[in-house]
Amino acid sequence: MESRAHRFRRNIAEALANPVLQANLSKAKGKFVEKRAQAIQELDDFEATREAAREIRDRVLANLDLWLETFEANARARGATVLWAKDGNEVSRLVVEIAKRHGVKKVVKSKSMLSEEAGLNQALLAAGIEPVETDLGEYILQINGYEPPSHIIAPVVHKSLDEIADLFARTHRTPRKTEIAALTREARQVLREHFLTAEMGVTGGNFLIAETGSVALVTNEGNGRMVTTLPRVHVAITGIEKIVPTLEDLSTLMRLLPRSATGQSISNYVSVLTGTKNPAELDGPEHLYFILVDNGRTRLLGSDYQPMLRCIRCGACMNHCPVYQTIGGQAYGWVYPGPMGSVLTPLLLGLEKAHDLPYAATLCNQCGVVCPVKIPLPELLRNLREEADKRRLRPWRERLALRAWAWIALRPSLYALASRLLVRYLAWLAEGRGGISVLAAAPGWTMGRNFPAPEGETFRTRYRMRKRGP
Amino acid sequence: MRVGLLVTCLVDLMRPRIGFAALELLEAAGCTVIVPEQQTCCGQPAWNNGDRANAARLAKKLITEFEGCEYLVAPSGSCADHVRHGYPRILADEPTWQARAQALAAKTHELADFLVRIACLQKMPGNFAGRITYHDSCSGLRGLGVKEQPRALLQKLPALELVEMRGAEECCGFGGTFSVKFGAVSAAIAERKCHQAQALGVDAIVGGDLGCLLNIEGKLRRMGDAQTKVMHFAEVLTAKD
Ligand code: SF4
Repeated sequence: MESRAHRFRRNIAEALANPVLQANLSKAKGKFVEKRAQAIQELDDFEATREAAREIRDRVLANLDLWLETFEANARARGATVLWAKDGNEVSRLVVEIAKRHGVKKVVKSKSMLSEEAGLNQALLAAGIEPVETDLGEYILQINGYEPPSHIIAPVVHKSLDEIADLFARTHRTPRKTEIAALTREARQVLREHFLTAEMGVTGGNFLIAETGSVALVTNEGNGRMVTTLPRVHVAITGIEKIVPTLEDLSTLMRLLPRSATGQSISNYVSVLTGTKNPAELDGPEHLYFILVDNGRTRLLGSDYQPMLRCIRCGACMNHCPVYQTIGGQAYGWVYPGPMGSVLTPLLLGLEKAHDLPYAATLCNQCGVVCPVKIPLPELLRNLREEADKRRLRPWRERLALRAWAWIALRPSLYALASRLLVRYLAWLAEGRGGISVLAAAPGWTMGRNFPAPEGETFRTRYRMRKRGP
Repeated sequence: MRVGLLVTCLVDLMRPRIGFAALELLEAAGCTVIVPEQQTCCGQPAWNNGDRANAARLAKKLITEFEGCEYLVAPSGSCADHVRHGYPRILADEPTWQARAQALAAKTHELADFLVRIACLQKMPGNFAGRITYHDSCSGLRGLGVKEQPRALLQKLPALELVEMRGAEECCGFGGTFSVKFGAVSAAIAERKCHQAQALGVDAIVGGDLGCLLNIEGKLRRMGDAQTKVMHFAEVLTAKD
């Protein structure tokens, strides 16, 4: 997917100026937050489960190469082919090759963020192969001109029912419906046809289980099952970090994933798929391929950013993020939005292409406390800021202002003088009113709110006067 | 108890009365309060903007000024959290300094936390009357576990009614320099906070971090609400009619 992260500021301005989006966002806000809060109550000890999950993920990352080899060996033993992709282009190339080898004309897809990273749909179209998204949200985006997703688990959370009703009526040339059940039924009818005619299914993978060589799919719509059982060929594309050692470990992570994501105790479907169809079985793919993708991930191993690879893509961090709630997911400009996106996008694409993202956070740590695998997201964001500063990616004015302020703050007498002058200046601007409505030195502040007037003299001045006595 | 008061740069500049209120509360709790005159800023803006070198310089400066005190107390969860958790990390590469940072961190407290848990202040100097709601600032809440402490103090005022707003623990959108860099987003987040408080019809929104309070006050006034007061809990606890 082409990145629009470099024009983040423009994306934000557009998002804030879009009344339909703003209305949809405020309606969606909090939907997942409350459900999650209730769902984690069901666990005897949420914090201990989180700690166990973190430990599992760290154990894998500490020896990722070995776990990947174990997975590869076990998957091969069950008849799967394991392929490795360095980047998104390689993913696309491999999928197109597989499709051609098996004479595929149509591909049904279940949700896969990696295929978004790779821009797979465009590559398939270019090769004359028809991709059909079958996750309802992804399908909606596809028929709306391949609109980018705004959330990693709820890709159309930014859309209203009305918009979708219009879109369906227009695309399917059917009478306009506004009932969710009716719309879903219509999508099912359309998709059923595709399930039955596609020769190949493409999915992501929530987890890869090393001991069995399986892929686990966590879904709510059942489309994942159709995609992986009806077509002759199944291609699962995941990041190399998605490994868990055992089924036991999978069950620990599964206690947290649906609860953190949608507030469900368990998703409607959890499929653990192992190997190709054997002669005694009635369904399942004859050919199973795994494409394990690096796309910048190995660079993070052993770095300060390694904890980011623990991510299990639950979306809790964005659901709880005040910035995400305000600007929506598309503004972040690439596949991953919210706090995890603000860390991941610069790391995977290059900080120079997305250096505004790490600054788009209040560092409130709402994300850090809900993350089921305890990724210290604010700390990673701060680290990225440090790197952006070091590499001089930030505007020189910003760097200069910061340095000048620090230089003064290190010199108490100068600081006392400067703050006294600043207070006078601010008081003059406020002209005896309670606040300042345009502050030239910080126009960003007064764009949407007043800057309160200072009380008067600084504390320092008044304290000294008081100590001297009347 | 010899307590060093970290006034904080924002209080110094914008709301000295919060500094004096903190002083009054600490003295009411029987502390001897020292206000190091050389103090400026804890350096959090440098740290949060990626300027590690200056964050370290400012940290060392503050450590030197306060390490002689028995406690460091700040009327700000954000600054106290920065000293407690930021300093040892910033100075991680300099073992002697890190040790000094850790020693100071261990005796650093946010004001309400200190008054409740260490100084055990029982009687409040003020007699504020009115209906208020409390906004939990992020660093104090999630960094230092400040939640019940300010409420416990506020509820000692007989004529004060405390009501909880929806989303009291949600960020107000301040975020330090974020509020200037992404002003429009910041103000939009603040607006939600204001609506949640206004829905309760309170006389005042009370909090423990001046950054958040300036943000909320600025937004309320821009929204045309000149009525709802925005106060630090130290001001409320010392207010006399
Ligand atoms: S960073 Fe944590 S909270 Fe965010 S998606 Fe990943 S696992 Fe979930």
